[in-house]
Amino acid sequence: MLRTFWRWLILPLLLITVGFVITIYTVNNPTDSLVARALTYSNVFEALNQHLMLMLVSMIGAIIIGVAIGIMLSRPKLYYIGRGVENIVNVGQTIPSLAILALFFTILGLGFRVAVFALFLYSILPILRNTFAGITNVQASIIESAKGMGMTPLRILTRIELPLAFPIIVAGIRTAIVINVGAATLATFIGGGGFGDLIVTGLAVRRDMVIFTGASLAALTAIILDYIIGQIEERIVRWT
Amino acid sequence: MIKLVGITKKFPGLKKPAVDNLNLEVKEGDVCVLVGPSGCGKTTTMKMINRIHEPTSGSIFINDKDALKMNPIKLRLDIGYVIQEIGLFPHHTIEENVATVPNEKKWPKDKTKQKVDEILTLVGLDPKIYGKRYPSALSGGQRQRVGVARAMVSDPPIMLMDEPFGAVDPITRARLQNEFLRIQERISKTIVFVTHDIDEAIKMGNTIAVMREGKLVQHATPSDLLAAPADEFVASLVGRNRSIKRLHLIRIREILDHLDRPKPATVDMPLNDIRKQLEDSDIRSVMVVDQDNKLKGIIGVNDLKKKAGEVAADYIQELDQSITSDATLNDALSMMLECGEGYVAVINEDDQYQGTITLGDLLNVVKEEG
Repeated sequence: MLRTFWRWLILPLLLITVGFVITIYTVNNPTDSLVARALTYSNVFEALNQHLMLMLVSMIGAIIIGVAIGIMLSRPKLYYIGRGVENIVNVGQTIPSLAILALFFTILGLGFRVAVFALFLYSILPILRNTFAGITNVQASIIESAKGMGMTPLRILTRIELPLAFPIIVAGIRTAIVINVGAATLATFIGGGGFGDLIVTGLAVRRDMVIFTGASLAALTAIILDYIIGQIEERIVRWT
Repeated sequence: MIKLVGITKKFPGLKKPAVDNLNLEVKEGDVCVLVGPSGCGKTTTMKMINRIHEPTSGSIFINDKDALKMNPIKLRLDIGYVIQEIGLFPHHTIEENVATVPNEKKWPKDKTKQKVDEILTLVGLDPKIYGKRYPSALSGGQRQRVGVARAMVSDPPIMLMDEPFGAVDPITRARLQNEFLRIQERISKTIVFVTHDIDEAIKMGNTIAVMREGKLVQHATPSDLLAAPADEFVASLVGRNRSIKRLHLIRIREILDHLDRPKPATVDMPLNDIRKQLEDSDIRSVMVVDQDNKLKGIIGVNDLKKKAGEVAADYIQELDQSITSDATLNDALSMMLECGEGYVAVINEDDQYQGTITLGDLLNVVKEEG
């Protein structure tokens, strides 16, 4: 039992190891002094730290706010507003992430907080949309029988609608994470830090090794987070 | 007792009211079937009783209490509710589904568990086998049973059923109907039952309320409805072959006792003895049972002539058509037609032989009643 339970940890641990190997190799085998200056342990871990903070803070905020607004819009009284918001969200999703960051830079200026805020707004969209869609797509007959048996609207939400919408909400969160990781590498342009710093530095000094280190670590972070969320979902949803 | 007084329901945006000034009384322990073409307001009427729809005007009394003044949540907790789509919760196990109302009422766990097992057994699902399964692992008929069990589990005095057997094949439907009638005989709930199928209405109802365009056309017992339709509409709804519809009203056990049939043969009976028994009557075959009175099969006269001295067991032909005694004569008739034979064997739940019904018996019944 224990062995099957812990088995899911193998892949993320493997990926983390790969990340460490790449870091250790590139830091210890710089091709020249420019690379050596860009790739130090402190630089890489600073970038990792910033990158994770950018993602975690913006994602947690986006999940809380996105799910909350999604639930609110799915209530019968706000349903038609919800349909409208859904359309606006779909349009919002088509704006490139770089444009969003640039837009917030012109309004709010530079820095980590602005980057977090922009990422947060950008990540809300898929979560909100999927929460709304997940809840409103629960079969009407299921809701009606729950109502007819005397369940209160709050109980219907917590016992029926949210559990049934859960897989779709999680799919939205996973979409948001993937978008978020990509967008987080762009945060460097408005002083947000993260692996984007390495990539931009690498581009500036034309050293592929630095670009490769930043890009591969960013990709690994995305894969690991997506995998963990997927595992959590699999463990909770048992009824399909 | 349920009493609807001058109930009207208008939906916004529609000129005609869905239900128009309807008066209806359902006595305690009765099954009242609302029947009519689709769009006649029968479902709307039913859904006003537990206030899924709020009536535009009029009042509803449940056991002399004004339902419209009660807290709708409390009202619904004491009204069993089954809809055609069943609406089982796909993420809950069968046990959890059935325990929905007890959980809402915050029953203690062991009481809930005991009652859930009891009710699942009552509808013919072994809680040990099915309790932990999810609805997706059940057949349509089994889901319908779970739906009915879920509505009955907290022993509500009143049940509302909207085409509860609508989504299954005809054979399963007949079986579920018979099972339900057997359960209802024991628990005598006050039931409002909606269907568009007049045959089902005649079979299930103590009274039938025929509706048309939001109005109540006739409310009568099934036999009165068949004997004296109030107008052309009701007459066309019950159809031309009313005498055949009467077969829905009569259960097999009601006529079984009056029939004069030869005793069944037992498996160890010598063929000669069976032949002697048959010689006095014009019957061409005889049922064979074992020592526990369980039905084994049938022996025809032609087989009896073949060899003297042998026992019945050697010449038994297996029998496809058997039916329980709480099925209706109409069920018996359709089984005969299906099998292409002029008789069916009647058995009880333990496969024990109860008697035989022939096509001639059915004709006699139709003649007498008509």
